[in-house]
Amino acid sequence: MVDLGVDLCGVSLSNPLVLASGIWGSCAHTLIRLARRGAGVVTSKSCSLMPRMGHPNPTVLHWEGGLINAVGLSNPGAKTQRAVLRKAKEGLTPLGVPLIASVFGESESAFRRAVELVAEAEPDFIELNISCPNVESEFGEPFALNPAAAGKVTAAVRSVYDGRLLVKLSPNAPNIVQVARAVASEGADGLTAVNTLGPGMIIDVHAGRPVLSNRVGGISGAALRPVAVRCVYDLAASVDIPIIGTGGVLDGEDAVQMIMAGATAVGVGSALEVHGDGAFQHILKGLEGFMMSEGYERLDDFRGCAHD
Amino acid sequence: MTDATHRVVTVRKVVSEGETGVTLIFDNSIVADAGQFVMVWLPDVGERPFSVMDDYPLSLTIADVGPFTHALCALSCGDRLWIRGPYGKGFRIEGRRHLLVAGGSGAASLALVAKVARRQGDRVIVFLGAGTESHLMLRWRFGELGCRLIVATDDGSEGYQGSVLDALQNWREDIVADMVYGCGPEPMLAALAQYAQKTDVPLQVSLEAVMKCGLGVCGNCHRGDRLVCKDGPVFSGQVFSHALQLDEMS
Repeated sequence: MVDLGVDLCGVSLSNPLVLASGIWGSCAHTLIRLARRGAGVVTSKSCSLMPRMGHPNPTVLHWEGGLINAVGLSNPGAKTQRAVLRKAKEGLTPLGVPLIASVFGESESAFRRAVELVAEAEPDFIELNISCPNVESEFGEPFALNPAAAGKVTAAVRSVYDGRLLVKLSPNAPNIVQVARAVASEGADGLTAVNTLGPGMIIDVHAGRPVLSNRVGGISGAALRPVAVRCVYDLAASVDIPIIGTGGVLDGEDAVQMIMAGATAVGVGSALEVHGDGAFQHILKGLEGFMMSEGYERLDDFRGCAHD
Repeated sequence: MTDATHRVVTVRKVVSEGETGVTLIFDNSIVADAGQFVMVWLPDVGERPFSVMDDYPLSLTIADVGPFTHALCALSCGDRLWIRGPYGKGFRIEGRRHLLVAGGSGAASLALVAKVARRQGDRVIVFLGAGTESHLMLRWRFGELGCRLIVATDDGSEGYQGSVLDALQNWREDIVADMVYGCGPEPMLAALAQYAQKTDVPLQVSLEAVMKCGLGVCGNCHRGDRLVCKDGPVFSGQVFSHALQLDEMS
């Protein structure tokens, strides 16, 4: 038997798989369903202080390398989300599956106020989404591209929230390690690496137009995986807080790559397009099979081994 | 070119659906199960899901209810639009006696059930309802397929006066069916679920939802713990009733 248990910032998880934010996470019932179907921990969709409509359709498209999306952070606002999170927490607690609440803000003060509201639902973690590439035309450069800006927003939130704090980083930062050091020094307990890549663009040649209404969108799925693995590898070599390695993990061996790069836990998103709510079982089965065939008993037996 | 997200289809014929909208018949075909849907994109206008009304030739029935559907209803022969899909889980067509219950534009997702069933020589009874006679959709199609058609209008301008559920419950003969298929407004479907439970006939319903991805990723179209785009749009009567209960608790 292999042991898939993980300690993430002092919270024990039955397995390393994390439902990534923005996937199925706008409703308590769907979060609970995915917890029942094997997620080790689930992340709610990012919410902001005020409600947001997001971008008009088309917002999410499948292409040969995975997905491209510009949903545009549609959410009901932090007050309504607080009720959703309370409901989710109520259903998740008996299952022993922790909850990560993702929060987005356009400014330090908006982040701080949204976190204050969301914290009242007592999620096990709050994740700061400082790296969404799909709202740049609205809010300018994401905080995650700049170490000083990322550090400041982390400090602003830390001043009002003493729970476990994760910061979601961008693969588009010129130097992701500097950003990680900045947020770690301002009190982040862990990192989620990474958000979507790009932004990218797909033009429909018959329409002569970009297909996404936002024109550009973040790239995820298989095309993101090698970038995400490299980011996790660089981060693990430079910071000593845990990393949730996220980006294009579709099967067990993709999860193994993340762990070998140094990830403590592994985010799952695009895999739900392929496997629906069976995505977690699919990945866990592959991960277990790999460990048995290689003679590993625990994830620690090979975590970070790619650095040796 | 492998990263095309949509395929282009060309309108061959436009059939008027009274005051309600149109049926667009295309030069193209699609491999789809009855009850599956496609995402329809009109560049610079928007993208929304529509049931596949017919597969060969591809046909979509559009109720004119807002700016996007208004633009679709204004298309004429030779115009192009862009589709992706088909997506979702469709109807299981079981038994030999099929009861179809459609409210308004819900008729669109049941027409392909009727076609498949009639092609294999099955009996199909359709209860088709709308507010008034000019809002009835796809009467011609169910007639063409040789279904037995019973019409209900709220104002009595055609057929039975009352809702389609009233018509079904008060029908003068016993309706014998192996499977009930429903599509229409949710209160109608909730009442249909009660009818199916009472008469002990299995039920499948097709739900409508505001969708973003259509791929089972974003979660925008949740009902209870189900996603309409991926788990549905067709659900068994039991799953539908459970989803309604979960949503009421929220």
